[in-house]
Amino acid sequence: MTAVRTFGQSPGRYPGKLFIVEGIDGSGKSTQLALLAQWLRSQGHLVVYSEWNSSPIVRRTTSFGKKQKLLTPTTFSLIHATDFSDRVERDIIPALKAGAIVLADRYVFTAFARDVARGVSRAWVRSLYRFAVVPTLAIYFRVPLDVALYRILVGRPKLKWYEAGMDLGLNGDVIESYKLFQKRIQDEYERIVEEFGLAVMDATRPVEIQQRALRQLILPYVRGERLPEPPTHGSPILALPTHREPAS
Amino acid sequence: MRRFDTYGESLPGISLEDLSGWLIVIEGTDGVGRTTHVDRLRRHLEEMGYAVAETGFTRSDLASRGIRRAKQGNTLGSNAFNLFYATDFADRLEQQIIPALRSGFVMLTDRYTYSLIARAIVRGADADWIKQVYAFALKPSAVFYLRIDVEDLVPRVLADGGSFDYWESGMDLPMGEDLYESFTNYQRRLIQELDALAGEYAFTTIDATREVNDISDELCDRVAQLLARGRPAAAS
Repeated sequence: MTAVRTFGQSPGRYPGKLFIVEGIDGSGKSTQLALLAQWLRSQGHLVVYSEWNSSPIVRRTTSFGKKQKLLTPTTFSLIHATDFSDRVERDIIPALKAGAIVLADRYVFTAFARDVARGVSRAWVRSLYRFAVVPTLAIYFRVPLDVALYRILVGRPKLKWYEAGMDLGLNGDVIESYKLFQKRIQDEYERIVEEFGLAVMDATRPVEIQQRALRQLILPYVRGERLPEPPTHGSPILALPTHREPAS
Repeated sequence: MRRFDTYGESLPGISLEDLSGWLIVIEGTDGVGRTTHVDRLRRHLEEMGYAVAETGFTRSDLASRGIRRAKQGNTLGSNAFNLFYATDFADRLEQQIIPALRSGFVMLTDRYTYSLIARAIVRGADADWIKQVYAFALKPSAVFYLRIDVEDLVPRVLADGGSFDYWESGMDLPMGEDLYESFTNYQRRLIQELDALAGEYAFTTIDATREVNDISDELCDRVAQLLARGRPAAAS
């Protein structure tokens, strides 16, 4: 039986650790997380990787909804929450119980940023994700919008309808719409960093410098020398641990 | 002019102005005769000259197939099911219910958020949480709750189809050693939750153990009275 009695759970409940990365497209977070996974494995840790939008059952409905352009801000938000919930129950919690290091490329904050950029209310989407496991540490990759847009757009990508925020009717041009949409998402992320006390990485630095900083950041948590701090501020709905820089 | 409100949240991009129809909800547990009564009510209202539309669980374009697939294997997490149903409901609300109300239809709804809230709570979901998830739902014009005890329900289900449905018996939990036990335990809990919601959301409760014609007469009368009061008044 998989009862849903996991609301507002603290990260200390399981022997595993959960590190999550967030940031706009082109912030380099996926590259950094992949490098981190490789390194942790080479150090002998059991590492489980979890990606946004990957539940085998729900993904088909999401992609059907996107292709047919059936999704509204509300159903877009709900179908992603469904997918995420399935992953929490089937992948993330079992792995944490087994003592693994779980690395998640995007987490609830992606929904908080993106759904609110679509017009969904902040309070509602935060409440919707109350079943989420509180991460050991959440890291936000901060990058100027121009830099991120350049990284994405230089390859002349085929931006998808929802990816570009075309459903919002911000601009008839896909590239222009994408830029406006990313700006909104970034604004929301900045608010979230403040609200939930996310750790911030300067994502403009060279890849290997960032990687070194990232490893230094998580190592004390991996070794158990540092525990997530109890929330001192943030949403009362999903109380997350606050990250503070160690006093130097 | 606004005639309908939600339970607190708005639907981005969806206007609730000028919804001139009625939203009539028939609630009640499995096997209580909802389908029969929705059919009869529909015919009765159409005879009176009203345009009627219908919706019910897992009838959305977006999520119906996915939910069917997930139910076949019981491979989806329990809370994910709660949210999949919420997705299906939101799609029907936006694509079926609200457009029908805008066109002035009587929208008959075979179960609403309440049954979905009840089934989630029985499966361990936090009650405040699941109610907040559905805060975007429209407040119906009326909710008729076909109420029955599990002791009266069991013979009815057996007489109808001869067997207990896997999901309506809570076998995903399960709540007993076999289908019969799980069905009775699950339905008892479900009815308890619906009873609690009946108070909280002011349902009109109808004793569903009576003769089927008596029940449908009462339903038709009550709905006709509601409609006779005229189109829902505009809330300021």
